[in-house]
Amino acid sequence: MSIEPTILRARGLTKSYGHVVAIDGSSFDLRPGEILAVIGDNGAGKSTLIKALTGAVVPDSGALYLDDEQVTFHSPLDARRAGIETVYQELGVAPALDISQNLYLGREQRVPGWRGTVLRQLDKKAMREGSARQMADLGIRIQSIRQTVETLSGGQRQAVAVARVAAWATRLVIMDEPTAALGVRETNQVLDLIQRVRDNGLPVVLISHNMPNVWQVADRVHIHRLGRRVALADTSSLTMDDAVAVMTGARPAHTIEQVETAPDEWEHTAGEGAA
Amino acid sequence: MTQATLRQEAVADLQKEVGHGRGIRSLLSHQVTGPLAALLVAVVVFSVFTDRFLQPGNLSLIAQQSVVVGTLALGQALVILTAGIDLANGAIMVLGTVVIGKAALDGDVVLALVLGIVACAVVGAVNGLLVSRAGLPPFIVTLGVLTVVTAASRLYTDSASYPIADGLLTVLGDGPTIGGFTVTYGVMLWVLLTVGLGYVLSQTAWGVRVYAVGDNPPAARLAGIKVKRVLLGVYVVAAIVYGLAAWQALGRTPTADPSGYSTANLDSITAVVIGGTSLFGGRGGVYGTLIGTLIVVVLQNGLTQAGIDSLYQQVATGALVIVAVLVDRIVRRRQTR
Ligand SMILES: Nc1ncnc2c1ncn2[C@@H]1O[C@H](COP(=O)(O)OP(=O)(O)OP(=O)(O)O)[C@@H](O)[C@H]1O
Ligand SMILES: [Mg+2]
Repeated sequence: MSIEPTILRARGLTKSYGHVVAIDGSSFDLRPGEILAVIGDNGAGKSTLIKALTGAVVPDSGALYLDDEQVTFHSPLDARRAGIETVYQELGVAPALDISQNLYLGREQRVPGWRGTVLRQLDKKAMREGSARQMADLGIRIQSIRQTVETLSGGQRQAVAVARVAAWATRLVIMDEPTAALGVRETNQVLDLIQRVRDNGLPVVLISHNMPNVWQVADRVHIHRLGRRVALADTSSLTMDDAVAVMTGARPAHTIEQVETAPDEWEHTAGEGAA
Repeated sequence: MTQATLRQEAVADLQKEVGHGRGIRSLLSHQVTGPLAALLVAVVVFSVFTDRFLQPGNLSLIAQQSVVVGTLALGQALVILTAGIDLANGAIMVLGTVVIGKAALDGDVVLALVLGIVACAVVGAVNGLLVSRAGLPPFIVTLGVLTVVTAASRLYTDSASYPIADGLLTVLGDGPTIGGFTVTYGVMLWVLLTVGLGYVLSQTAWGVRVYAVGDNPPAARLAGIKVKRVLLGVYVVAAIVYGLAAWQALGRTPTADPSGYSTANLDSITAVVIGGTSLFGGRGGVYGTLIGTLIVVVLQNGLTQAGIDSLYQQVATGALVIVAVLVDRIVRRRQTR
């Protein structure tokens, strides 16, 4: 088995909050074109790991590689500039704004010419068209792009959040429990959407507590336990029961079939990646 | 195949929809529709039941009675859109008038006007910094600033009033009379400010961000918006508008009186709320606020024309505020279901 290239890789990531070690020398590997699920018990350190990957948290030590280049993110803006977009667990949409305003929030487009530069006028038409195209590309059916987000169902709202990150991400998309608050039908809509994002060429990192959901869409699973990755496996060669056993510590990780990853060479450059 | 056609259909649907202008349905659901209807009803009722109401002189009077509170309400609307509230706006305006009045004693009225507006902007910046940087509730911050600024105005003037000489400082009370209607420059400034702020709110990125910050601050932050900077900007812009209201006030009454306009803050909040702007932030706008101001003034004016005790006018205004907030609450609940 050969080692495949990664789009985002981390080695030895550590982050402590006082005496609590939230992540403890964790590795992370994401390949181009895959959906990678991150699973683990409550408090295992999944969200902290994700935050360390997106600059929301600066790790105490460890190294991060984007397309094999070592990088350091000091803020979420750094990660965003590098093409990484995140759907956070709290819905990141403004309910009183319409769909197009939400998709372009913080990245508004102005009309060309003096009306844009002097009068700072927004190009609402272009933004509505761009939003309509984006929603259609992802197969999200809504009545009107002018609808305010509060008039949408929970699933549609989450779809808008996903559409926004998919629209702006150029490298990869991260979603922290995007279906946690949704019903069965809406969860399936969002899972379909996640697959379509992947099919459109963006790898996706999906944090989820729902094993059937994970096995429904993910290509591989990253099992997180006590602050570090204990296993990385193909969903096709691992059963849900085994994954849960590893996740809870009932079964040692070396007893399951794992994916081979690049060696932990970060030691040589230790310090560079730390803040 | 079917997937692809479905998607094409969706694109076509959406693009058709994007191209459409505002249809009758969007007009009916527009935020200013309710307040506008209420204003029309009030106008019709007073036209029928009093004979003076519709006369040009009275309509001109209504416009002139509206400008000071109306201008204050424009700034108030900006603050309320961010889910804040400004109890200090009347006091800031009064500070503006006394700074102008005292500075004008030296003879340079342009400088006096500029100083007055700058004084307002500085107090607005204090409000904005305390709300955005220190994270204190706007209600408390502006209550404190109201008290301090009111006292400061009196200390600054030894509680004396300053008469203002005719000229630039009172020009907003003048204006051409066309066919019995007097349109003062103050009324023109009020309408121009409304249009200008309306443009900024609906056509610029800053405007969208003001709504986003009022609607859902964490989402705005996650979208990369500098929430604190937007908030600070809102309080400063609002205070500059209060400075212009000070100029309006001198046009109405050419006296800088440190103890005037003590209920202007509540009146402006009333106008904003009746105009359909949500106290919860993120919804509403300045056109509704203009209409809200007119509703309040028309009610007072019309009930006076009808010979009804001014206490009943207050009852009517108060009841209208509660109705407006109730409607907002019901609309919100229905939409966020
Ligand atoms: N800002 C913080 N301050 C202090 N402790 C923190 C902070 N963030 C996380 N922790 C701690 O770090 C540990 C890992 O938390 P984290 O949120 O990463 O877990 P998680 O795997 O995402 O859990 P869940 O499944 O419940 O979302 C927990 O013990 C948590 O209490
Ligand atoms: Mg978490």
